[in-house]
Amino acid sequence: MSVDIKSVVIKPKRETFGHIERRIGEGKSASRYEEATYDLQPVTNFHYKPLADANYDLYDVRKTAIKMEDWYKFLDPRQYHYASYVTARAKQQEVAEQNFVFIEKRNMLDEMPDDVKSLILNFVLPLRHYEWGANMNNLQLVSEGYGAALTSAFMFHAEDRLGNAQYITRIGLLLSENEASVLDAGKDRWLNDSAWQPLRKAMEDTFVLKDWFELHIAQNVIFDAFIHPLYFNILEQELNKKGGTAQAMMTEFITLWNEECARWIDMTVKVAVAQSPENAELLNRWCKKYIDIAFDAVSPLANNIISNADESMQNIKNELVTRLNKNGLNL
Amino acid sequence: MSKVFLALQTTEESRAIIEAIKEDNENVEIENLPAMTKVTAEGKLVINAETVGKFIGRDWDPQELQLVLISLAGNVDEDYDHFTIYWEN
Amino acid sequence: MTMNTQKRKKRLSMKDKYKHMTRLGWDTTYQDMDDVYPKDKFEGIKIHDWEAWEDPFRMTMDAYWKYQGEKDKKLYAIIDAFAQNNGQKNITDARYISALKLFLTGVSPLEYQAHRGFADVARNFRGDGPRVACQMQAIDELRHVQTQIHTLSHYNKHFNGFSEFAHWHDRVWYLSVPKSFFDDARTAGPFEFMIAIGFSFEYVLTNLLFVPFMSGAAFNGDMATVTFGFSAQSDEARHMTLGLQAIKFLLEQDPANVPIVQGWIDKWTWRGYKVLGLVSMMMDYMLPESPQSWKEAWELYFEENTVALFKDLERYGITVPECASTVSAEKEHLSHQIWMTFYTHAAAAPFHTWLPDEKKMDWLSQKYPNTFDKYYRPVYEHWGKLEKEGKRYYSEMLPQLCQTCQIPMLYTEVENDDPTQIAYRDTIYNGERFHFCSDHCKNIFENEPEKYTQSWLPVHQIFQGNCGGATLPEVLKWYKVENGVDNLDYVGSEDEKIWKKLQGEA
Repeated sequence: MSVDIKSVVIKPKRETFGHIERRIGEGKSASRYEEATYDLQPVTNFHYKPLADANYDLYDVRKTAIKMEDWYKFLDPRQYHYASYVTARAKQQEVAEQNFVFIEKRNMLDEMPDDVKSLILNFVLPLRHYEWGANMNNLQLVSEGYGAALTSAFMFHAEDRLGNAQYITRIGLLLSENEASVLDAGKDRWLNDSAWQPLRKAMEDTFVLKDWFELHIAQNVIFDAFIHPLYFNILEQELNKKGGTAQAMMTEFITLWNEECARWIDMTVKVAVAQSPENAELLNRWCKKYIDIAFDAVSPLANNIISNADESMQNIKNELVTRLNKNGLNL
Repeated sequence: MSKVFLALQTTEESRAIIEAIKEDNENVEIENLPAMTKVTAEGKLVINAETVGKFIGRDWDPQELQLVLISLAGNVDEDYDHFTIYWEN
Repeated sequence: MTMNTQKRKKRLSMKDKYKHMTRLGWDTTYQDMDDVYPKDKFEGIKIHDWEAWEDPFRMTMDAYWKYQGEKDKKLYAIIDAFAQNNGQKNITDARYISALKLFLTGVSPLEYQAHRGFADVARNFRGDGPRVACQMQAIDELRHVQTQIHTLSHYNKHFNGFSEFAHWHDRVWYLSVPKSFFDDARTAGPFEFMIAIGFSFEYVLTNLLFVPFMSGAAFNGDMATVTFGFSAQSDEARHMTLGLQAIKFLLEQDPANVPIVQGWIDKWTWRGYKVLGLVSMMMDYMLPESPQSWKEAWELYFEENTVALFKDLERYGITVPECASTVSAEKEHLSHQIWMTFYTHAAAAPFHTWLPDEKKMDWLSQKYPNTFDKYYRPVYEHWGKLEKEGKRYYSEMLPQLCQTCQIPMLYTEVENDDPTQIAYRDTIYNGERFHFCSDHCKNIFENEPEKYTQSWLPVHQIFQGNCGGATLPEVLKWYKVENGVDNLDYVGSEDEKIWKKLQGEA
């Protein structure tokens, strides 16, 4: 006996929203990322000028010297909308969590030599303030930036920085067995240690930047490209040789995160450069400026934590320049 | 005294939470609504992680409340072992 | 190597651990603190000790990602299932869908603004504690707007009135009500934003927005929206605790803050209430199955629930918002007057309206014993007669809008016992006359005239020729509202045809 299952064939009238259709073409179905991103930010007919600064509208292309025909060209290659973002991070934090559990169960921190512990507490721990500053800067980008394509990604990036800061804090507390005074000592170094001052100054100078794209370049493209390879690649390789493998395990989240973000960061440069020679010139200028600042700010730190600091710093710089030029710059 | 309340999604996890609330708090009102359970109490409501753990059969972290919470009224105090809602008047 | 168990190390309380995880800021020395934080002093709010801030919830980022990831997994499984099974077949009636159109066009864009607004505040407050709480709200709000779009995406495929939500929110006349509401909050300083949105909207009024939509969804077979609603609500619980903490913190920091905060509570409860008028109409008229009337919701969620809240705040010198008596007086009139406005202006709005049937009118009689049969049923019966004669009434005039709340001035002097008299107020500023729907809106204007003279009033703009032309079809084209498709009565609409086909009544 055959069973005839009647069902109503329901053909949709349209595949997606009008503004998305105008971008991707009629009759095409849209991805979750596209529906979550395109044209989400209001663009016109604002009712009042901001009390804090009446020179600009709430969302205003004039807040940066970078000019784009379409601010939604900055599509995230990771296609992060909220759901895919937290899903990815949830997986990554679980890996990180397992690493921490592993380390604690096996007493790996007991086995870590004291000089390695000292180095981490003195020279890595203050980085939690650097990450906090990066969090502040990315919040500024969410607030002042233009177009949901970029600002949503900045929101995720901001929360990632907070996450980084919290992992670094956790490491400090683990190494000190919950002696919170190490955190105070770390803050003291950040505020007063001569090796940290050029970086702190460079960061505080970014806190008052008016052009948000310039801020993105300074913080996310340039400064991080020095700090993260130094601390979470080169340093850790050296620590591995000295009995400090636990450190690499504890910072696994940050390392993976860096690799992942590179695609997004590269895209922001590439798309902005490709728009116009004026943008390219501006970006070249900014990148050169901040590479010089970052190089000078990070070198004193490198000198304190790795051997062959000069060579490593030069390599980091060269790699960054190569990478930026691959994305259309001319450094 | 003012009433505090808690509204939870009706799921397997929240069942254990409600049982724990009933055990650890006096004079709670439980209201079963479509897809939602509402718990009301005078002045204060305490959820103890240990009690929930007993009903759910494993260690339970108060932060897991996030997964089933719909709404609440009152000030919040939380720690590793409890989640408390209260009014100060 | 032995598998040693717990080491005897110092245990940190959750409170202390969270402080270590969040108090990472420092007083800058290479740049002036006032340059790094340029926005948090101009409002006159005095903060002496940011460290007095009590964290409203204590979630580190790893826990956030973990739990939110789980929530989204569940939510999207249901959104997918709803779409795969064409869940729209299971709603009570396609009239209900106009409620969802109201939501996507009027509410979802506000979630987006909240996202940007909380990020702004998170950057601009000097204290670490509130910065962390606010940025977590900022990312939550991004979650809300995106999950709402994804939930309603399936409805957009099958029904009209969703497709141009982004375009409409910036232009269409009644949407300037929610848009101006949030623009007002976003252009204010960070402290006012916190009281306006964090407290007045997300604490005092939130239940009046979300519970009606979510129970409306539940009662009308819309599983997708119910699920989204529940999923978002757990985020809302965090937001509520933040709003409550924010107001207490401000009030405790300095007695000078009290009158400023009171003024904001008064202003924003009123502005929020005006926006919620749309919800009142949705609850009473747009749900084929109505779980609750606006009057009942107001009595429960404001008159009952917030009593406890304001009792708590009494000791700081805060009083119940001054508009509470007006709102209470209006509670038996609000939804009817607004529905009548939209019924008559249905040609200009991209969602459908219709006459309530007998069953609905009897329900309304029961829920509004003092007003419905006396003032409103006769009007509907009159319009019913016109409809039968093929002359369904569509207004050909554009209504005057209130300068502050931007709602058409079609409210009446209910509080003055004259419910058939339209309420008009006006004031002169810099030689120009401005019009208001109420004393409260007039007061808001007079407190900050420089701000409210800037309003982009949609009707004014149409008359000034800035909206595509002088005729309705031209304006609709400029709005990207498809004439005869998105607008007009539900009866005879394409939505109705689609619905009948779905039910097998082709």
